[in-house]
Amino acid sequence: MLYREAGQFKTSYATDQAVFPILQDRIGILIILVIAFVGVPLIGNDFLTNAVMIPFLIFSLAAIGLNLLTGYTGLLSLGTGAFMGVGAYACYKLTTLFPNVNIIIWVIASGFFSAAVGVMFGLPSLRIKGFYLAIATLAAQFFLEWCFIRIPWLYNYNVSAAIEVPQRELFGIIITGPRASAETRYLIVLTIVTVMTWMASNIVHGRIGRMWMAVRDMDIAAELMGIRLLPTKLLAFAVSSFYCGVAGALLVFLWYGGAESTVFSINESFTVLFMIIIGGLGSLLGSFLGAALIYILPIVLRFVPPKLGLPLHAATVEHMTFMITGALIVFFLIAEPAGLARLWQIGKQKLRVWPFPY
Amino acid sequence: MQKPEVAPPGVNEGRNPMKARHILVGMTCASLLGAAVLASQAQAQDSIYVPLLTYRTGPYAGSGIPIANGMHDYLAMLNERDGGIGGVKLNVEECETGYDTKKGVECWESVKGKKPAVVNPYSTGITLQIIPKAAVDKIPILSMAYGLSASAVGKDFPWVFNPPATYWDGLSMVMRYIGGKEGGLEKLKGKTIGFIFLESPYGREPLPLLQQFAKDYGFTVKEYSVAGKEMQDQSAQWLSVRRDRPAWMIMWGWGAMNPTAVKRAAENGYPMDHFIGIWWSGSDDDGRGGGQEAKGYLSLNFNGLGANYPALQDIKKHVVDKGKSQVEKDKFAENFYNRGVYNSVLVAEAIRNAQKLSGKKVVTGEDVRRGLETLNISEARWKELGFANFAAPISGVNCTDHNGHAPAYMQQWDGAKWVKISDWIQPMRDKVRPMLEEAAKEYVEKNTGWPKRTEACDKSS
Repeated sequence: MLYREAGQFKTSYATDQAVFPILQDRIGILIILVIAFVGVPLIGNDFLTNAVMIPFLIFSLAAIGLNLLTGYTGLLSLGTGAFMGVGAYACYKLTTLFPNVNIIIWVIASGFFSAAVGVMFGLPSLRIKGFYLAIATLAAQFFLEWCFIRIPWLYNYNVSAAIEVPQRELFGIIITGPRASAETRYLIVLTIVTVMTWMASNIVHGRIGRMWMAVRDMDIAAELMGIRLLPTKLLAFAVSSFYCGVAGALLVFLWYGGAESTVFSINESFTVLFMIIIGGLGSLLGSFLGAALIYILPIVLRFVPPKLGLPLHAATVEHMTFMITGALIVFFLIAEPAGLARLWQIGKQKLRVWPFPY
Repeated sequence: MQKPEVAPPGVNEGRNPMKARHILVGMTCASLLGAAVLASQAQAQDSIYVPLLTYRTGPYAGSGIPIANGMHDYLAMLNERDGGIGGVKLNVEECETGYDTKKGVECWESVKGKKPAVVNPYSTGITLQIIPKAAVDKIPILSMAYGLSASAVGKDFPWVFNPPATYWDGLSMVMRYIGGKEGGLEKLKGKTIGFIFLESPYGREPLPLLQQFAKDYGFTVKEYSVAGKEMQDQSAQWLSVRRDRPAWMIMWGWGAMNPTAVKRAAENGYPMDHFIGIWWSGSDDDGRGGGQEAKGYLSLNFNGLGANYPALQDIKKHVVDKGKSQVEKDKFAENFYNRGVYNSVLVAEAIRNAQKLSGKKVVTGEDVRRGLETLNISEARWKELGFANFAAPISGVNCTDHNGHAPAYMQQWDGAKWVKISDWIQPMRDKVRPMLEEAAKEYVEKNTGWPKRTEACDKSS
């Protein structure tokens, strides 16, 4: 009923190939964007914007990055955390070396550093696949983490080996550092994530995305069709690392306000990997859904019982959060192994013919 | 919403009772939720909210649990015995961080709306993250003998307090002890001192001062860093220790790293009475980890041992025996439990001071900041609180010095429990203070736009 498509005729190739061919979807996405850009900053409190929405968006961006590599090109990577770290440290170095350049420019630019490092560690991908490649990217994770600790130049010889975010402004408004308001930071993160998601959507729907998917589905066949494997795979590594790098820079500059090497540990890589597996491999929507399930659900679980006045110990809540989140992950994967995005697609299909299924 | 005159009668009849029930259920839920929220708000108005960022889960829980219990139980005891502080109940609430910086920041965001009197982050990593937020959100941070050493400079860090001593004080006390054993620090010339530390901001804090000492007294420093993921192994580090044969070993460890290090040291035949841990490497579990072989292991401490203090007996009577504590009976009044109690004494005293200074009963973060700045616990006051000889007097805290640089003593593991083996060891204030000022200056310079102190200064009470 909601998805009644009667009367929606596609009269040109452009409308037929649109990302959102159905009117209801376009309206839905518009509503989501309006809520995100106007609703949340207006009605949300600091906790919602700062502790829920900002990290959710940043992790979604990282998940998109990994999804481009693992979901679309079929290259398994365990180095996401490290690539995020490269972005963060690059951004820190750039903004301390050239403090007068706008921080947003550096956040985006730091993605290129991450991309370069990603390409370097992506080189073995021509020869090895699957688990073997995962091990190679694991090497990247450990090597880069080691760099973040052992190269003091990276953190400007800080005593605590931590990077601290200096205050920076955009059009006279403070956007980084402790005095930046949560709403400002949220809007900046949201803008960057929206633009980059839109870009990712265009990439995966275009020639490059099709090349990636061809390589994912069968690389020998792809090669026979004239797709050069090495450049294609390296491009996937570059774009993926670019996204992860920007996510890392956003993580430190617009959320944490400072970080140490442990932030970019292997756990971070696994978290993002779980996000895309649960959200759905090869789906941008899945990246968001996965990030929401893995990141927001524990917060909700942690803060709902006290709000309802249930007298639970903080540690008990923590244990329960672990268990419930774990159980839900297992449940969703059993219900739909292809992830939440597929679940949503099935639901949509059902809605199309509801209430008269055939 | 309902339009009965339009809807066909059949549909309407079938749906109405259902809808009514749904609405009823919904309304009950909503009212329950509303009542809960209202109740918590009402509670917030006539009590002082003291959030405790604790960790009873994760790899650092071994150190975190006794401290969490100690912190909680002393405040709970004040509620039970005295009805709070100055007649106002304390609303003590734990927020689980798992020693994870991310969750710590989340905790900060979630508690700051409830007007906390003071926040105890209990992790150097979390402290570093929230230091810049403290001045903005007007919430004082009490990072008791951890956190950023430089935050002892009150001029630059008006909202951060780290009494009774900084890590650098701790290191200088360790050096003083070593000097005493060697017959003068000059005797260290040409020798090697090993420094094993957790690879984190916490473990790295004392390095600059140690290097300074090495330069001054002509000894070499060997650094053995232990990353969080290998802290339960450490075989590589102790193999190097075996090769380098340092004259003394100093440890900055936490969580599962401590008992492992003690065990490895014993296994490798390192002389235990030349192995000194900072005050965070001296819990009962750390000693127990090494068993009988750990006998002789040393660690600094600034709180009393055992349960032989009237206030601790009160905790036992009012809280533990009534089943209001999470502490296991046989772990009551262990070293780290008492450390937690010490932390809460500082919190309680700061709130008391704040009530005195502001004249208000229900004090805010701003008042408690003033209370912390005038923190003064003399020997007589410790006695009055039921803690005679529990700790050294805290006297040096004021507007410029947010630390006090109180002395600590050396304790030794006798195979079953900790024994106090030295008098109060004074830190080398003349060495530490200039370095603190220097570090604070550097911090402020690096963080462009760091706010100038605008808070007025109170006279010490």
